[in-house]
Amino acid sequence: MESLILLIGATLRIATPILFGALGETVIERAGILNLGIEGTLLLSSFIGFVTAQAADSLWIGLAAAILTGIILNLLMGFLVVTLGLNQHVCGLGITLFATGFALFAFRLIYGGVSTPPALDESFQPLNAFTGTAFAPLFSQHWLTYVSLLFVPLLSWLLFRTSFGLRLRSVGEAPDAADTAGINVYRMRYTALIIGGALMGLGGAFLSLAQLGAFTHGIINGRGWVAIAIVIFGNWKPWRVLAGALLFSGVQALQLRLQAEGVPLPYELLLALPYLLTIVAIAIVGRNASYPAALLKPYRREG
Amino acid sequence: MPVIELRGITKRFGSLVANDHVDFDVETGEIHALLGENGAGKSTLMKILYGLYQPDGGEILINGSPVHLKSPADAIANGIGFVSQHFSLVPTFTVSENVLLGHEGGFLIDKAAMKQRVTAMADSLGMNLDPDAVVGKLAVGQQQRVEILKALYRKCRVLIMDEPTAVLTPQDTEKLFETLRHLQAQGMSVIIITHKLNEVLAVSQRVTVLRLGKVVGRTATADTTQTGLAEMMVGRKTVTVVRNSEHKVGDLAKLDVRDLHMTDKRGGLLLRGLSLSARGGEIVGIAGVAGNGQSELVSVLTGMAVPQSGSVLVNVQPMPFGQPKALAKLKIARIPEDRLRGIIGDLSVADNLMLEQSDQFTSFGHLKNRQIRENAEKLIRDFQIKASPNDPARTLSGGNIQKIILARSLAQDPEVIIASQPTRGLDVGATEYVHQKLIEQKQRGAAVLLISEDLDEILVLSDRILVIYEGRIAGEFAAENADIQAIGALMTGANLSPEAGLAGA
Repeated sequence: MESLILLIGATLRIATPILFGALGETVIERAGILNLGIEGTLLLSSFIGFVTAQAADSLWIGLAAAILTGIILNLLMGFLVVTLGLNQHVCGLGITLFATGFALFAFRLIYGGVSTPPALDESFQPLNAFTGTAFAPLFSQHWLTYVSLLFVPLLSWLLFRTSFGLRLRSVGEAPDAADTAGINVYRMRYTALIIGGALMGLGGAFLSLAQLGAFTHGIINGRGWVAIAIVIFGNWKPWRVLAGALLFSGVQALQLRLQAEGVPLPYELLLALPYLLTIVAIAIVGRNASYPAALLKPYRREG
Repeated sequence: MPVIELRGITKRFGSLVANDHVDFDVETGEIHALLGENGAGKSTLMKILYGLYQPDGGEILINGSPVHLKSPADAIANGIGFVSQHFSLVPTFTVSENVLLGHEGGFLIDKAAMKQRVTAMADSLGMNLDPDAVVGKLAVGQQQRVEILKALYRKCRVLIMDEPTAVLTPQDTEKLFETLRHLQAQGMSVIIITHKLNEVLAVSQRVTVLRLGKVVGRTATADTTQTGLAEMMVGRKTVTVVRNSEHKVGDLAKLDVRDLHMTDKRGGLLLRGLSLSARGGEIVGIAGVAGNGQSELVSVLTGMAVPQSGSVLVNVQPMPFGQPKALAKLKIARIPEDRLRGIIGDLSVADNLMLEQSDQFTSFGHLKNRQIRENAEKLIRDFQIKASPNDPARTLSGGNIQKIILARSLAQDPEVIIASQPTRGLDVGATEYVHQKLIEQKQRGAAVLLISEDLDEILVLSDRILVIYEGRIAGEFAAENADIQAIGALMTGANLSPEAGLAGA
């Protein structure tokens, strides 16, 4: 029982950055844009948030900087794929390459070739609730984790119960229809990118400002790509995206635990487990995936 | 005072003048037909009225006051609605979501109220529509009704319909006209863009005719006739195709279809023992209401579907099922129902023209570009395709795309031609051309199977008429004694019920 509670607690912690990223990506893809820049966006947000927090000696300013970084990189994506109508795959990967390279370059400039990752003197600390009870490990979470969970019903409501959501989805499904209905397709797509960018920024910030309180090059370590898979697994629905994030993180938490307990399995296999599971899950669920019909398609009025 | 008045509208695309000082007006509560061949400038004019294009000259007056329509939103705000040929619907949304989109009336969506309003509106127009149905799963006719509801919901006073019947069955067309009359009774004006003369006569009160971007006629419908309209539209006397019987019909069935049975995945019967034959030198027309097995028959004959049982013989040789590649060897040519599926839009005209004979134009997988080009130049000349070999095929008009398909299939001197809806959506000139080509082919000795929902087309072209109903041939008529009443009765499965007359309409 105690180990199960520990496991669930770890699952929630591991899920947080992935959930932020996947929710952000969901909003953006719902508007018809595949943002493969997510991996680099998470990394650069994480880095800028960290550096700013250190320089300003304020976690909150760091957090704001991370969110802003996420938004700026997504606006750049918007300029490339919405305004210029360029290929989304190429631009997304380009942004990931740029953001990754930029983060590493700036890191070298600021910290030089340090052997131990720089850490914050003070980072966001987990909130402790139910201390002294068996549930304490479960509720010893960062406030950002709760925020990420709150975004699930919030986005589900926004997407499916409001006119804003209806419009956003229409732009991702049939932009020509949205346009003739008097909806500004470009503005809608930019709005989606801003919301998604802010969420990605939160995801990046969670790692460097809360969970680790430090920054390393490998801090994101493929979480962005996992988020994209989870969006497909979640069929572009926030609740199912949450389920996907928990599934992945649950297996991740489990394999970490198995490693710690010295299960006689090659640790490489255990490490690969969550990813193998992702592939299997996508192969099963992805067959019925209902992609937003206008995903990857730049919108131009036919003339 | 007219509700809409366009004065001297001019629109140029590069060197092309799409609209040349066009004057056009619509009265309150009238159905006004805008008639013209493809490329006459009808759609351009209406897109200007809907704010999709900006005119290079002229002015637009609504209820007598000049307006600037910078976008569809402006047009909607001025009470103008547009139902385009390609619906502006979100396929994954429900009927009511589509109707509301962009005009939800608040941040929160009240689903119950929304459904109620949509249902009430549909009822007032005599439509039967489920507000919760997902639009992508509806039949085309119903999707069009959703479009009309959308316009109405936006408080539209003038509804523009671009070629509304191009995609409809005769039954749906009749229903559409009823809906339009409902709208008219509610005081709305309707502009119907069309090139079908019988529709103009059936539904409109006035008609404006465009040719090459200019207004060439404006008249009350009651004062004109089909011939009169056709002359205005085409600008020359149209020749009605006459069946030429000065050729020999062979004794041998070139196409012999025997007892085809086919079921869908859920076990529904699509073909129920369908048999037919066509001899060299005859056009056999298949008349029927859409959805009675026509498309399945075509799929089998063009190698795209495999029936559960039955056989097809082409010149006494069995045709293997599900192998489109075998068609060329058996000399079967096909003119597909959806011409955009018959071409690859991003490939050049030349590439499309050799697509079905690609083996002849390659050696060891290497394209013989000179032969491809020569082939294209020859076919472009022979079939009067208005394009150059390197143009991407998608840039061509519907008529010219159909010519590519004709050129490609007919240049091989086929033995059997499967023509499915060969003139759907084409203008008078192009239709006439296609008909002429089919007649040439039968005179050459080919067997032509003509599947069409346009009964007039079947009557004009066919030497024998077969009626398809629920997956089998329900009756046969020789062209000389084709009885529209009897054909109509068989098409609807009735034994001369009162509905029988409908087919002749």
